[in-house]
Amino acid sequence: MNQLLNLLPHLGFFAHEAGQFDPFIFGARVTMIGGALGIAGLITYLKRWKWLWREWLTTVDPKKIGVMYLIVAFAMLLRGVSDAVMMRLQQALSVGASHGILPADHYQQIFTAHGTIMIFFVAMGLMFGLINLVVPLQIGSRDVAFPFLNATSFWLYAAGAVLINLSLIFGGQFAATGWLAYPPLSELTFSPGVGVDYWIWSVQIAGIGSLLSGINFFATIIKMRRPGMNMMKMPLFVWSVLNSLVLIIFAFPILTATLAMLSLDRTLGMHFFTSYFGGNPMMYVNLIWAWGHPEVYILILPAFGVFSEVVSTFSGKRLFGYKSMVWALAAITFLSFSVWLHHFFTMGAGPNVNAFFGIMTMVIAIPTGVKVFNWLFTMYRGRIRFTTPMLWFLGFIATFTVGGAAGVLMALPPADFQLHNSLFLVAHFHTMIIGGVVFGYFAGITYWFPKVFGFKLNEKLGRYAFWCWLVGFLLAFVPLYILGLMGATRRLDHYDASLGWQGLFIVAAVGVGFVCLGIGFQILQLIVSVMQRKQNLDKTGDPWDGRTLEWFTTSPPPVYNFAILNRVNDRDAFWAQKQLQKADKPVYKDIIMPKNTPIGLFIAFFAGLFGFAVIWHVWWLALVALLGVITSIIWRISDDETEYVIPAAEVERIEASR
Amino acid sequence: MSQLTNSNNQVDSRNIFGFWVYLMTDCILFATLFATFAVLRNNTYGGPSGHELFSLNFVLSETVILLTSSFTCGLAVLAAGRNEKKQAIFWFVVTFLLGLAFLTLEISEFRHLYIEGNSWRRSGFLSAFFTLVGTHGLHITAGLIWMFVMILKTMKRGLLVANQRRLIMLSLFWHFLDVIWIFIFTIVYLLGAVSR
Repeated sequence: MNQLLNLLPHLGFFAHEAGQFDPFIFGARVTMIGGALGIAGLITYLKRWKWLWREWLTTVDPKKIGVMYLIVAFAMLLRGVSDAVMMRLQQALSVGASHGILPADHYQQIFTAHGTIMIFFVAMGLMFGLINLVVPLQIGSRDVAFPFLNATSFWLYAAGAVLINLSLIFGGQFAATGWLAYPPLSELTFSPGVGVDYWIWSVQIAGIGSLLSGINFFATIIKMRRPGMNMMKMPLFVWSVLNSLVLIIFAFPILTATLAMLSLDRTLGMHFFTSYFGGNPMMYVNLIWAWGHPEVYILILPAFGVFSEVVSTFSGKRLFGYKSMVWALAAITFLSFSVWLHHFFTMGAGPNVNAFFGIMTMVIAIPTGVKVFNWLFTMYRGRIRFTTPMLWFLGFIATFTVGGAAGVLMALPPADFQLHNSLFLVAHFHTMIIGGVVFGYFAGITYWFPKVFGFKLNEKLGRYAFWCWLVGFLLAFVPLYILGLMGATRRLDHYDASLGWQGLFIVAAVGVGFVCLGIGFQILQLIVSVMQRKQNLDKTGDPWDGRTLEWFTTSPPPVYNFAILNRVNDRDAFWAQKQLQKADKPVYKDIIMPKNTPIGLFIAFFAGLFGFAVIWHVWWLALVALLGVITSIIWRISDDETEYVIPAAEVERIEASR
Repeated sequence: MSQLTNSNNQVDSRNIFGFWVYLMTDCILFATLFATFAVLRNNTYGGPSGHELFSLNFVLSETVILLTSSFTCGLAVLAAGRNEKKQAIFWFVVTFLLGLAFLTLEISEFRHLYIEGNSWRRSGFLSAFFTLVGTHGLHITAGLIWMFVMILKTMKRGLLVANQRRLIMLSLFWHFLDVIWIFIFTIVYLLGAVSR
């Protein structure tokens, strides 16, 4: 009870840790609490609580879970971008006598939160959203291997997202350590507050969700493909996801263990990574990058897959060099585990070790180059349609190649010694993550949106959004390459006027303004598209003249995806089928589907509560939460009737109405 | 058209495949802990080393108990496969008791170390030791809770197909923990006892 009382002083709505008023934290609290109350009020007003519970919160349907992933990811994107705006403003203003808009401590928390949110809650969320929406359809399956586990994974991800936002309300502080929380800075001695604990537990819970999803979709792709679809007939998006999942399966347990050890250091006084009592801080850096480098490829590979689908569809051609694409993916997957040390060449591992990791890093550019050329050859002599997804692809090819070349440059250890921790590095990885991952997922969302919702997104506003993003991205990051070469380090909250950097920082701040404009257009695009959906309805299920199986069913697909599971004989299965005559009248059979259940939501709720209790050292609450998790799991094991049957007659009725 | 229905065979193979993949991720989790133990095992910071702390006889008895429990677990699954409910329950109860005995011994070892002032706070080596062995212990605890639930469930509902499948996964889990323990026995205790 005493521990809970300790929490009370931190609940002061207006107070920051040190007692001074911080307009940004206050604003964030007002927005978050106001937003939550507003949404709750709206649902109550529309009397939609029951519908929300029945149709969404308890669902085990990957098509709905995918949509929920996208919603959470977009909400988190807004928060991550507002962090970026504050950082850009601070760096543009904080020169010479002026100290900008943020105190140093708050600035550090903001860049930490920005990185954590963008990687774990935006990029991962968009990725799992697309995987949920597309993979079961593309392999011609009715469901994922473990639908209940899939819902649990989503809710764990959501619980992590809630926890990272709670840090603003309870405690008003987050880690001020950088997004990977290197010790000894992240140890209790140097970061005594709850900030690092919030970081650990939000990432830990979301990470376990990702790991479970990884296992689930791996089993789905291996075990649930349509008969006849052997591995070399899988669509390239499925291949890219499969490789990404292999990386998740290998890398995420390392993250889980590493975060657990850091947490044990902080909560139980262990000495894994402390700088005394025999701890070894550099071990943490090795471990976190043994997860962290594969993580980069976990995010980018599915984006490669999206582009492969988009290029092939909008060039009206079969993908060039399918086999080499598959092998390139496999090579990247394998090599991505042999390059982690290039994140800390400056550690002092010696010239031989650095040379090995430098060479491996350069080697990984080869399969990536194979992919770039294959995409370009797919376009060659194709009948190209410049739709929004295709624009995202073209923007990606240009920026990604430049960013990749910057990466190869830094793979040289001597060059890296100069560029380490500089804004050049920051510019490099943002080129890869924005130009590669984000553009890729935006292309994917635009491409598959009609499949999921039954109507197309507005093309014109989509093009505006793309151009704003591209221009904004270039304005924001080209100056950072230059500043990095001029010697500006990352995470800088103040610099001397005589350095002459301010102009470039102002350009970068203007760039982030354009990105915000792009996001504004995306929101507008969504609103306008929903309002004009009657004009953009997709009645055929195949709005883009697609090639793969997901376009074979209606948009949106029925709950069981496909009424008939016929054999697949071609790599572009749907394209091949379109060339044939229509088949005989199909014979429908009963379909077995999983029932909705709230238990996944409960498990994640208790997991989040457990994290919260440990952050604040409220041990009795942690025990209650743990018992809650165990009870929920036992409840699920005890339930033997988790499936229901859709009778053949009902299937026929649904199919007749399409 | 057998693919139209989720025949039990397909569900079985899907579930057991998925569980194998999970076990492999757990394997990597343990590999990480083994790696940190290997890095920190000499970082005693003036505190006691494994050579001074571990009693091989004690650990050997733990090992024998756990290996026996793996054997009885195998017998239980064989009985379940033959649809002999009573025998299956009997062997699972034996496995459960052996697992409980192992856990009790491990807790008493931890308690002993703690009381003598050699807790996880003492040195990097002891942090790594408690975490590695303790994580195995936590897995054993989870396995015991799972086994307890499955014993009750089998008593109540019999050896349904779903129960049989879960029993197979449970036994996979239990054997996996046995394999991990062999590594702990070798790398932590045996190597710790011989090297000074």
